[in-house]
Amino acid sequence: MIIAEQKPFEEVKSLVGEAQKILVVGCGTCVTVCFAGGAREAAILAASLRMASKLDGDPKDVTDVTVQRQCEWEYLDTIAEQVNEADLILSLGCGIGVQAIAEHFPKAWVVPGLNTSFLGLPVEQGVWVERCAACGDCILGLTAGICPIARCSKSLLNGPCGGSQDGHCEVNEDIPCAWQLIYDRLKSLDKLELLSEIRPPKNWRTSRDGGPRKIVRPDLRLCEEE
Amino acid sequence: MSDVNTDYQIVAFCCQYCAYAAADLAGGLRLQYPPNVKIIQIPCTGKMDVLYALQAFEAGADAVMVAGCMPGDCHFLEGNLNAMRRVERVKDLLRQIGLEAERIKMFHISSSMASQFVSATEEMLRTVEKLGPNPLRMNGKASRKETHVRRVS
Repeated sequence: MIIAEQKPFEEVKSLVGEAQKILVVGCGTCVTVCFAGGAREAAILAASLRMASKLDGDPKDVTDVTVQRQCEWEYLDTIAEQVNEADLILSLGCGIGVQAIAEHFPKAWVVPGLNTSFLGLPVEQGVWVERCAACGDCILGLTAGICPIARCSKSLLNGPCGGSQDGHCEVNEDIPCAWQLIYDRLKSLDKLELLSEIRPPKNWRTSRDGGPRKIVRPDLRLCEEE
Repeated sequence: MSDVNTDYQIVAFCCQYCAYAAADLAGGLRLQYPPNVKIIQIPCTGKMDVLYALQAFEAGADAVMVAGCMPGDCHFLEGNLNAMRRVERVKDLLRQIGLEAERIKMFHISSSMASQFVSATEEMLRTVEKLGPNPLRMNGKASRKETHVRRVS
């Protein structure tokens, strides 16, 4: 899922600026699960902004609402009235949610309340780690289900490098060496022969190097009206 | 106790297994504690939500106390330990908002500790008397200055 974290409160206050009627929009999907922008976080941020603005002598009208998914028009339609009444929308969705609101409501001024961090998972309560770089050309089938693109600091295809020390990355000893993990797992699965093949340079055109990406599925598209 | 300023409002979120029973025992023992304390019974301090505390402050509470079981004695194993971390989070939020972090505090009080419950409430009242009323109750910064002047005079 998409992992995000809230921007510092001072930055949020500066983004809000002089707006008087603010709608904090939470998202009920990824950012709810990572406790960054769900209904509870939206309510906490709205309450914090109300109190801080009152203490600053400029009380603002801050309300909050949470939609199931900010990244789909159908869910955004449910808050159209509230969006139109607000001076400013403070989105607690990921970067996609912020842009979806901006695209769906052309007259709304929307600002982000989160920094969208990475694609990952919670490995324990309160700890999230990166697991996918969305490179568009998955090689997990060759690397025992451990992604060297996302988890190796150098995104090496033929690792480990000389910076791998006792199973840790030279970038930071808190980072496990992805290629050590791959080696250990392939060995435990008796598939070390997969490492004997040298991988050619990766085709990065499926990643960001090809510009903004797009997928079109003709079988799923609705028929155009005649 | 007759000189207590009853304008101050202290909201006490009390675990039903310990601090709430301690408050009950204090009553049974005829121990007097400040009338400013408004007790809210919760099933465990693990139920204590950051938002509950913020809503109390936004509604004008001068202080919030969270009173749970002794460490290691939680009926639900670690609800009181979770509450401690949430109280720390609220302190951070209060600093960001512009309120004093001392306005919220966590206490550990078993059901037999009636006198300690009284001490905790008195401690919170002293804190509030030192800090003054919640400026949100008085319409923000301008009122906070007025409050300060009033207290000094």
